[in-house]
This record gives sequence, structure tokens and C-alpha cells, in this order.
Amino acid sequence: MVVYDAIVKRQSQLTAQYYQLILEAPAVAEQARPGQFVHVKVNGLDDAALRRPFSIYNAADGMLAIVYKTVGRGTALLPLLRVGDVLSVIGPLGNGFPEVSADCVPLAIGGGYGVAPLSFLARKSGRRGTLLVGARTENDLLCLDDFEELGWDVMVTTQDGSQGAQGVVTDLLDGWLAKHKDVVPEVFACGPSGMLQAVGERALGAGIKAWLSLDRRMICGVGACLACVQQLRRPDGSEWTGRVCHDGPVFEAREVIW
Amino acid sequence: MVKQIDMSVNVGGIAMQNPVTVASGTFGYGMEYSQLIDIRHLGAVTVKGVRLQPWPGNKLPRHAEVPGGLVNAIGLQGPGVDRFITDYMPPLQEAGVPVIVNIWGTSEEEYAEVAARLDGVSGVAGVEINVSCPNVKEGGNAFGTDPLLVSSLVRAVRRSTKLPIIPKLAPNVPAIAVFARAAAEAGADALSLINTIPAMVIDVETRRPVLSNIVGGLSGPAIHPVAVKLVWEAAQAVRIPIIAMGGITGPQQALEFMIAGATAVAVGTANFIDPTTALRVIEGIANYCVRHGYSAAREISGTVIVEKSK
Ligand SMILES: Cc1cc2nc3c(=O)[nH]c(=O)nc-3n(C[C@H](O)[C@H](O)[C@H](O)COP(=O)(O)OP(=O)(O)OC[C@H]3O[C@@H](n4cnc5c(N)ncnc54)[C@H](O)[C@@H]3O)c2cc1C
Ligand SMILES: Cc1cc2nc3c(=O)[nH]c(=O)nc-3n(C[C@H](O)[C@H](O)[C@H](O)COP(=O)(O)O)c2cc1C
Ligand code: FES
Repeated sequence: MVVYDAIVKRQSQLTAQYYQLILEAPAVAEQARPGQFVHVKVNGLDDAALRRPFSIYNAADGMLAIVYKTVGRGTALLPLLRVGDVLSVIGPLGNGFPEVSADCVPLAIGGGYGVAPLSFLARKSGRRGTLLVGARTENDLLCLDDFEELGWDVMVTTQDGSQGAQGVVTDLLDGWLAKHKDVVPEVFACGPSGMLQAVGERALGAGIKAWLSLDRRMICGVGACLACVQQLRRPDGSEWTGRVCHDGPVFEAREVIW
Repeated sequence: MVKQIDMSVNVGGIAMQNPVTVASGTFGYGMEYSQLIDIRHLGAVTVKGVRLQPWPGNKLPRHAEVPGGLVNAIGLQGPGVDRFITDYMPPLQEAGVPVIVNIWGTSEEEYAEVAARLDGVSGVAGVEINVSCPNVKEGGNAFGTDPLLVSSLVRAVRRSTKLPIIPKLAPNVPAIAVFARAAAEAGADALSLINTIPAMVIDVETRRPVLSNIVGGLSGPAIHPVAVKLVWEAAQAVRIPIIAMGGITGPQQALEFMIAGATAVAVGTANFIDPTTALRVIEGIANYCVRHGYSAAREISGTVIVEKSK
């Protein structure tokens, strides 16, 4: 974990609301693992503005990439970054996803920008798996090529039916689980809380492991302020209060008390 | 060759190598930031508030970003004083930096007991008494807005520990001087101010308060001028040293506090945005000394020039 002045190398618009930002940040990139995130100080916001957390989409050769959606006053300013601009980042932060277990098939489940850390996971896992994606419309689908290039199966559903079957991602999961009774999947999921909770419940029901990357509003990102707490359960049943930024953002479905 | 500036200060018996600490609740228990800055360079580490027992704090959301700052209602979540000592003190002891422990409770007896348990713990240099947290219903601000209660509370803590004690005063009082004097006369070794200012944020779309606790405390640059005024007034009212905080983002605000009369300063909310702020402040104070011909940082304290109008 370092605080680092990254240099903007490239920025591209992926869809109407999504952008990819590539930063030169060797000190962060070298340490980065899938599921970890960076805490970004957005240029142009007032002095007191908090940093914004973004999952690491890729890290290689001293470069660090994030994929972001413009949703508010901070992400509205990020598209104004130009090549050569300096952007302060703290990272890599959080625990990240564990390695895929040797006897399991990786099953990645993502919604919206949640696909970004899963792409990094797929790239690093060295094993082929399946990606199940849920999105509101076809405009919220991103990074699917990454998975296809790695030889992953990709299954898509949209709420408005603009691409793939109309529905939500747990429909895909139910179908997949029913069809693949012969293999043991290990789930890696990132997306909105409702989706994660539903995925977690399915995993518990099916007796499989599911690693869920939680999204919480953060202040410090390093475990100091206690803004992002989550109630958790230990294997022995006792409860504890974790910090999503420091003890997470990835937790196993059995740990999370919704 | 720049001549060596003596940066050391003594805050009511706490020997600090420089006048800069971090504000309680904005730096965890010290180690959280240890990968980002060398905490041994700080004058002291002030840790998150602890009470006698573990405390869960408030439900989420616990914060809201606002122009010029942050409104928080963390609700003093913490491990309780015993686990603080066993689990969180050892790495700080190893770092060798003086530790100021922020304490709270819901009764005088609880405050006194927490302070007593910290007495004699290696590395604990002082106790900051939070009489002013707006985020818990019991205790906290209830003590801080009545000078008689402050006085009685400080006396109780004074009897229970030999450590330097530093009441942290509430900003939302009509006359800070009254509270500063009450605390000093009750045996305080130093004062700390200001805590966050009670505040509220409403989501206009849902017409609901943003914080689960409904109200919280405002911190950050927005409160800095308020804090300068209160520090200036308190410094005139008492002779004991003051640790000043509220909206420090760099050397400028820290120097304002010292000129207004503070002996030391604490960096709070700014740690979240730029974790190197405290180190920048230390350097900036040293540079200021060079520019203004001071040989010691403590010479800055209380040098404000207020012309009397005729
Ligand atoms: C671990 C983690 C990983 C994330 N990864 C990505 C990613 O890869 N791509 C991406 O586009 N977004 C990601 N997000 C969400 C992203 O942090 C928010 O969209 C962003 O902070 C919004 O900032 P804003 O200024 O545009 O919004 P505003 O609404 O103006 O922000 C106001 C405040 O709320 C916070 N906030 C608002 N929405 C969220 C949210 N959904 N999650 C957390 N904080 C929020 C902001 O950080 C800020 O402090 C991630 C969040 C977390 C916690
Ligand atoms: C997230 C957060 C948590 C805090 N927790 C405590 C606390 O536990 N005890 C306390 O006395 N003050 C607490 N404070 C108040 C700070 O120590 C400080 O007095 C205040 O934030 C003003 O300084 P600043 O503007 O530099 O942040 C907290 C402030 C913030 C922002
Ligand atoms: S954001 Fe500060 S503890 Fe997680």
C-alpha cells in the first residue's frame, strides 16, 4: 500500500457512461491482486472532497487500469483527465479475491462495473471458467471481450432484454447450477448489494463457496475511520464487525450477515 | 546550511518532538496509516475514543460529504479499554511514539475507570477526555455543554490517574472561556479543541436525513475559522497548553492555531484525503521558523497581534 502520484497514460470511453483509465503507477501495480482497489483523489474537486474507491481492472508492466461509471460529482470530473495529468492514488487496498481452488471451476458473477475486478481475476487465474453478467440494459455491459479472449464462457442477461435473455443474473446462476451438477464451482461475485445477497443465498443453498466483493461508502479506505463497517460471522458462529476497506472488500458468503 | 530549529514542545507533561499530532478518530489506532507514513515522525499519535466496554457504534450510513468538509456519526465504535491495551498498544509501543488515548463514557465513574486502567501502560503519554462527542446519546456532549459537569468530570478523572489529562471541549457553547477555566481549575494539564460541530444533512429526493444517526459532527476546512476563534479565546482564558484542531489541511492552518495561542495542533479529516498532511505540517512549521527567525517552534505560540482600536 502506497500513496502515489500516478500519471495518466490513456483514457477511453467504453459506452455512454463507462470509461477506462490507464495510469502509470508501478508502485501500486506491482503489488495489485484481483479484488483489490485504489482510492483516488479526484482532480478538480474541492480540497475537502473525499477520495473515491475503484476496483483494479488490470495491473501489468507498471500500469494500472480502472473502469468507472459516471454517477456523481467526482466521476463526472474524471473524463476531463488528459494524458500526462497527475492523479493521486492510494493502493492497492483491501484483501482481494483468493486464488481459485484447484478442484473448482471458477464462476464469475458480475453486475455493472463489478465486472472490472472479475476481468482481472480471469486474467490472473490461468483457468477457464464462466462469466455470468447481469445488467440493466445493453449499455451497462462491459469488458465481455476480455473474458472471451481468455476462453471463458460468457452468459448475459439484461433487465430490459436488450441483450441476452430478459432477467436478472441469479436466473442465469440457477440455470447454470441446474445444468452443471457434475462440477463444483467456486463463485466470485462483484456488483450491487442486492445481487450479492441473492448470489450468496444461492451459494449457501447449493453448498458452494462464493466470494463476494462488497460495495460500501468509504472515507479513509485503510481501516482507520470505521465508516464502512460490516457485521460478519466467524466459522464458530461468533460475530464481529469488519471494515469493508481493510478486512474486505471480499468476504465469503457464509461470513456476511446481511 | 539551515540552522537547526528546536521543534519540541511540552503539552502539560507530554514531551513531543514536534507540535503535531493527529486528531482522535481520524487515524485509527495508529498502525492503519503506518504503511503510508512513518508515524515515528509525529509528535504524538492520538487514537480513536475508547470506553470501558466494547461499543458497536452507529448503523450505516455513518458519514456524508459536504462542501468544505465531512459530517460523521461513527458513534465511537471501539474495542473497549482492556482490548485496546492488549491488542492495539503493542505496535505503538514498538514504534516508540507518545500515545494520547481519547476516552469517553456515560458516567463519571466510567471515565475515571478507563483513565485508571491506562495509568502505567507503557507508551501511553496522556489521556484526552472526550466531553464533546455529538454522536452518542448518552454521555459525550451532555457533559460538554455544562461547565459544572465538565468540572466534576475532570476532577473525577484527575483523581483516577497520574497521566496528563486533556479535556477535549465542545465547540457549541456560548462562552468557551468558561469551560476552559472550569477544566483548568479542575486539574486539567492541557486542553484540546475543537471537536466536530453538530450538523445534519438531508437527502432532498427522499426527504430523509442522510445519516442513520440523523445528526452528526462537521469536520474539515469548513470549521477551521470557527476553531481559530475558539482557540484564541481559550488561550486567553487559561495558562495551560492547548492542542488545536479543526480543518487543518497544511502548515497555514496549523500556524494560525499556534499564533492564536495553541502549543500543539492535530491533523484530522485531512489525513483521509492526504495521509502525508501531518508530515507536511511539521515541515511547514520548521520552514516558518526559519523565515521568521525563530529558533524554536514554541516561540510561535500566542504571537497574534491584535491592535487595540482607540
Ligand atoms: C471497493 C469498491 C470498488 C469500487 N469499484 C468501482 C469500479 O471499479 N468502477 C466504478 O465505476 N465504481 C466503483 N465503485 C463505486 C465508486 O466508488 C462510486 O461510484 C464513486 O465513489 C462515486 O463518486 P461520485 O463522486 O461520482 O459520486 P457522488 O454521489 O457525488 O459521491 C458522493 C460520495 O459518495 C460516495 N459514493 C457514491 N456512490 C458510491 C458507491 N456506489 N460506492 C461507494 N461509494 C460511493 C463517493 O465516494 C463520495 O464519497 C467502487 C466502490 C467500492 C467501495
Ligand atoms: C470520522 C471521525 C471520527 C472521529 N472520532 C472522534 C473520537 O472518537 N473522539 C473524539 O474526541 N473526536 C473524534 N473526532 C473529532 C476529531 O478528532 C476532530 O476533533 C475534528 O474532526 C476536527 O478536526 P478536523 O476538522 O481536522 O477533522 C472524529 C472526527 C472524524 C471526522
Ligand atoms: S473507509 Fe475508513 S475504515 Fe473503511
